[in-house]
Amino acid sequence: MYRYTEFDTEFVTERNAQFRAQVERRIDGSLTEDEFKPLRLMNGLYLQLHAYMLRVAIPYGTLDSRQMTALADIADRWDKGYGHFTTRQNIQYNWPLLRDVPDMLDALADVGMHAIQTSGNTIRNVTADHFAGAAADEIADPRPVAELIRQWSTDHPEFQFLPRKFKVAVTGSPNDRAVTKAHDIGLRMVERDGVAGFEVIVGGGLGRTPMIGKVLRDFLPREDLLPYLESIVSVYNLLGRRDNKYKARIKITVHENGLDDIRARVEERFALIRPQFSGVDQQLLAAIEADFAAPAFKSASLAPFEAAYSNDPIFRSWADTNLSDHRAPGYAIVSISLKAHGATPGDASSDQMRLMASLARDYGHDELRISHEQNVILPHVHRGDLPALHAALKDAGLATANIGLISDIIACPGMDYCALATARSIPIAQEIATRFDELKLEHDVGPLKIKISGCINACGHHHVGHIGILGLDRAGVENYQITLGGDGTQDAAIGERAGPGFSADEIIPAIERLVLAYLDLRTEPSETFLQTYRRLGLSPFKSALYPAEAKADAA
Amino acid sequence: MAREFTPKVVTANDLLLGDVIYQTASGWTRELDHAEVLTDEADADLRLIEAAQQINRVVGAYLADVVPQAGGPAPAHFREAFRARGPSNYRHGKQEDDIAPL
Repeated sequence: MYRYTEFDTEFVTERNAQFRAQVERRIDGSLTEDEFKPLRLMNGLYLQLHAYMLRVAIPYGTLDSRQMTALADIADRWDKGYGHFTTRQNIQYNWPLLRDVPDMLDALADVGMHAIQTSGNTIRNVTADHFAGAAADEIADPRPVAELIRQWSTDHPEFQFLPRKFKVAVTGSPNDRAVTKAHDIGLRMVERDGVAGFEVIVGGGLGRTPMIGKVLRDFLPREDLLPYLESIVSVYNLLGRRDNKYKARIKITVHENGLDDIRARVEERFALIRPQFSGVDQQLLAAIEADFAAPAFKSASLAPFEAAYSNDPIFRSWADTNLSDHRAPGYAIVSISLKAHGATPGDASSDQMRLMASLARDYGHDELRISHEQNVILPHVHRGDLPALHAALKDAGLATANIGLISDIIACPGMDYCALATARSIPIAQEIATRFDELKLEHDVGPLKIKISGCINACGHHHVGHIGILGLDRAGVENYQITLGGDGTQDAAIGERAGPGFSADEIIPAIERLVLAYLDLRTEPSETFLQTYRRLGLSPFKSALYPAEAKADAA
Repeated sequence: MAREFTPKVVTANDLLLGDVIYQTASGWTRELDHAEVLTDEADADLRLIEAAQQINRVVGAYLADVVPQAGGPAPAHFREAFRARGPSNYRHGKQEDDIAPL
């Protein structure tokens, strides 16, 4: 794993010392809130509905047991004993006191973590496939490149005041688990004639104007990556709109100017700056790649796994749902669900964090990942160790067998925490999960992604949910709009709005009608919700959602 | 014709705690039902200016609509109801038993 260099450590230490002094000056009244706000945002500190919120970057979602344990200790010492993992592979603390934040940042720095550029109009935490370095379907581990981008973008002097925030995602696999087409820049590793490179996707994003990213370059040689990224961001920095916050993201810049125009500008800029990249970045990348060398995978007996799989139906159900194929023989990727039925999606208690850390140490080559779907991944576990691992998870309430199923819901914090929210998300997620657990239907329903956002900014990715739910304020009442058919994978699609919204009381029965309709409509159990939707379109689902209107139309 | 002025309270976040606070006749409180209800527009504007000037005490002061009731003001909008109560998934913030007075 990448460890901070002396340079990283010095930079973070210096920034923390600066911020400590800024907090002191805010508290004694030397700084107004208008002066302090941009400073705190540069360090990941928001003021939310009921409290401050500290957003900590987990670069490309990767951390080790020491870091996870530190996150737990911070939650206990300065927060309320839990943390919230987000769709951007960050962790958020919902209850820090202003005076404590500098100490929290120092505690993070002790384990090579920080909150820099988790907010503001900068290049944000670079996200990656949460199965990176482990997935059977991967061309190469995307994390060395993500780390290179992190180093390049952190405190990049040209890009500290962009027109708007800027998000980059990288995947090394053709099966896109990093939602690259919904990022300002998405990078997909590809090979051409045996040469490794990237497909560069630009201008994707969700929010109030959802757009699927467009291919700016279908093949970019690896060594051209940084100068090409710098060209894109610098074209955007000049061309992006600063007159209207809602038109400031690069997706609008691309939309308004056209892809060809943007491409021509980027290529022109690239020709100019490419010679300035002397190859130092490639030397750095080679060193970083060594840090990400695969662990020494072991050979061991699979007998414990096979015995548990045949004899223990609870283990079998979990193994069938929460494991993914690993590239090393005998190994599996374990997804630990932070979506126990009725719990808050993405929340982990400090005890759970400590347990996951110790399991990573004992069984997982000391690696953990945070997925954008708000779960924790142990990327490298030998199958022979799975029964012991499962038993430990079960004792801690972490063995819910629901990965990819209807109760594995993404939900933003919504109006329970967020100052921008227009409605709550968390209780809707809790009620849907609880309801389908009561119905004992979720394994029968199969793969189905529900994603809930509590406002139009779409942190809950509702546009790319198979079923998306958007919470709005309609005349002073919470109202929930449904979109259908969204997809965040390599076949990315924006969901289609199904019709008028539902009240908080109506939304759970509406989702139930929708899912029961799917069970009737599918040709066979292996046809997923999304496949059925793609085959039949909106109409039959609309009839299920709005039975009164359907009856009136039929009459 | 000017719209009729509806009753309001001055609310903000506490600089150090971050918690939602409300202006009283003499200071600030964490509980909405102890807030001072403002029924005169000019008075409300003045009280808001006074609040906003307390830069090392409060953040983001504004006027929120309330419905005066026997037990004190009640929130007019659901957002204010959540601000007054705290999150719905845990009994944290104002819902904790031993919240410190300001």
